[in-house]
Amino acid sequence: MEYEPAIGLETHVQLKTRSKMWCGCANEFGAPPNTNVCPVCLGMPGVLPVANEEGLRKTVLAGLLFGCEIPPRAKFDRKNYFYPDVPKNYQVTQYDQPSTRAGHLDFEFEGRVTRVRITRAHLEEDVGKNNHFETHSGVDFNRAGVPLLEIVSEPDITSPAMAFEYLNALKEVLIQGGISDCDMEKGMVRCDVNVSVRPRGASELGAKIEIKNLNSFSAARRALEYEIRRQQGVVAQGGRLAQETRRWIDDAGVTELMRSKEEAHDYRYFPEPDLMPMEPGAAWLESVGRGMVELPLARKQRLMQDFQLPASDAQTLATDPALGDYFEKAACGAKAPKAIANWIINNLRAQLAHSGATLALVRFAPGAIAELAGLVDSGKISSKIAQEVFLEMFATGDAPGAIVDRKGLAQVSDTGAIEKLCDEAIAAHPKSAADYRAGNVNALNFLKGQVMKASRGKANPGLAGEILDRKLKA
Amino acid sequence: MQVDLQHVMKLARVELSAEEQALLGPQLGQILGYIDQLRKVDVSGVEPTAHAVPLVNVMRADEVQPSLPHAEAMRNAPAQRAGLFVVPPVLE
Ligand SMILES: [Zn+2]
Repeated sequence: MEYEPAIGLETHVQLKTRSKMWCGCANEFGAPPNTNVCPVCLGMPGVLPVANEEGLRKTVLAGLLFGCEIPPRAKFDRKNYFYPDVPKNYQVTQYDQPSTRAGHLDFEFEGRVTRVRITRAHLEEDVGKNNHFETHSGVDFNRAGVPLLEIVSEPDITSPAMAFEYLNALKEVLIQGGISDCDMEKGMVRCDVNVSVRPRGASELGAKIEIKNLNSFSAARRALEYEIRRQQGVVAQGGRLAQETRRWIDDAGVTELMRSKEEAHDYRYFPEPDLMPMEPGAAWLESVGRGMVELPLARKQRLMQDFQLPASDAQTLATDPALGDYFEKAACGAKAPKAIANWIINNLRAQLAHSGATLALVRFAPGAIAELAGLVDSGKISSKIAQEVFLEMFATGDAPGAIVDRKGLAQVSDTGAIEKLCDEAIAAHPKSAADYRAGNVNALNFLKGQVMKASRGKANPGLAGEILDRKLKA
Repeated sequence: MQVDLQHVMKLARVELSAEEQALLGPQLGQILGYIDQLRKVDVSGVEPTAHAVPLVNVMRADEVQPSLPHAEAMRNAPAQRAGLFVVPPVLE
């Protein structure tokens, strides 16, 4: 019998706030150990945490971006466990009344738009960081109390590759929504996976196995690949799987048992008495909703629809919202949006990368790109000359038309002038002329090149070709 | 009321001698039995509540305030190294 996997993900992301969730310590990566700490985040007795409004706003905004319901009331709970990186011996989280629930994430996978349901996205706090020495460990509490969003998916994911794409799409939405910087290197995103296998077509899920210690999206994918094969192997040999937690060992590329169901933690959740419940209310929700952005997938689809862009261009522009905005300004009402996309995606991006500037520092308005594309489209300048004009625009901020006039770059489509250049080229290269007459087509390209060179690139190449052909065949 | 004292000891990371267990086990049972009387109260018409205080939306602005000086933060640490709180080796 064939066994298929069902995968659910729990993704933790650090929210982008200035201060921590319950105290005013800086939410900052890379500070010297235990310098962003205070009595509240060190779990000293007698302190009172106060919720950071921005943490709650970002949580609810994330929920709105995932199309979640926002319940009228949310509360905080204590999840109790002893571990050296949890200074209070409990972690504050939202247990049974989360800030958001029942949403979804749409993303492209294997060429189709796929939906994964999101069970809930709730707010909790990060814990400290353990450093390991030979005989003991050391704890840095700078990270303790940093707002953390936990996004729990339904087990709708059917392959490791799909899990990988889900994580990438999730990250893209969170970055564009300003929810989190999602910097993997700084540990801002971490995920746990739940995976089970069941006979193909069965409605009931198999024993759920959780894998921890996944430090990157590719580690999640590799761990799933390994774990699914392992589970399929167990059932193929008539074995039974039981609920357990496993740990991914990246170097060895295997998962190993961490704890069985019997050893599962008993967290004894109860309402956090120090924090008051949250009732969002219409006015507050409306103000949070003003932070909504167009989702990257929706934007990609709209760019393809409205501007007839190919998928790859639309993807590039949707992944970089500022570049996408720039394109839309440039392409608004333009005849050939694809040409404008080319200028922005290829030339503008290259110049920005080369000069180290940002879009905000570009010296010409987006409309100048449309004007440049128009000059090429109407035949006023050749596409080769346009490259030169673009560099000049980038350097000076001058309008493309003004640059063409000032530098005398307009394409020569004056038949008389081109005829003269053609005659000169034929006279100077009699062998090429004879070759073409003898049937060597390449010889015409050589002569055309000579005409272009003599015109300093300004001759209309199509016209030059036609005239040469006519003269040589006469 | 019967209490799984071994489980409670494990959760609380508390070690008790046999005598202490014999004494505290029944006492804990009595306390829970006392609390358990609440089950008899008819609460069918009462809204569930998480708090005794009728307050919601207590929030602060997202502003950074000074943290403790490092030395002050470490003052209670029985052992420290490289600015970290030293703890027994962490296995998980
Ligand atoms: Zn603090």
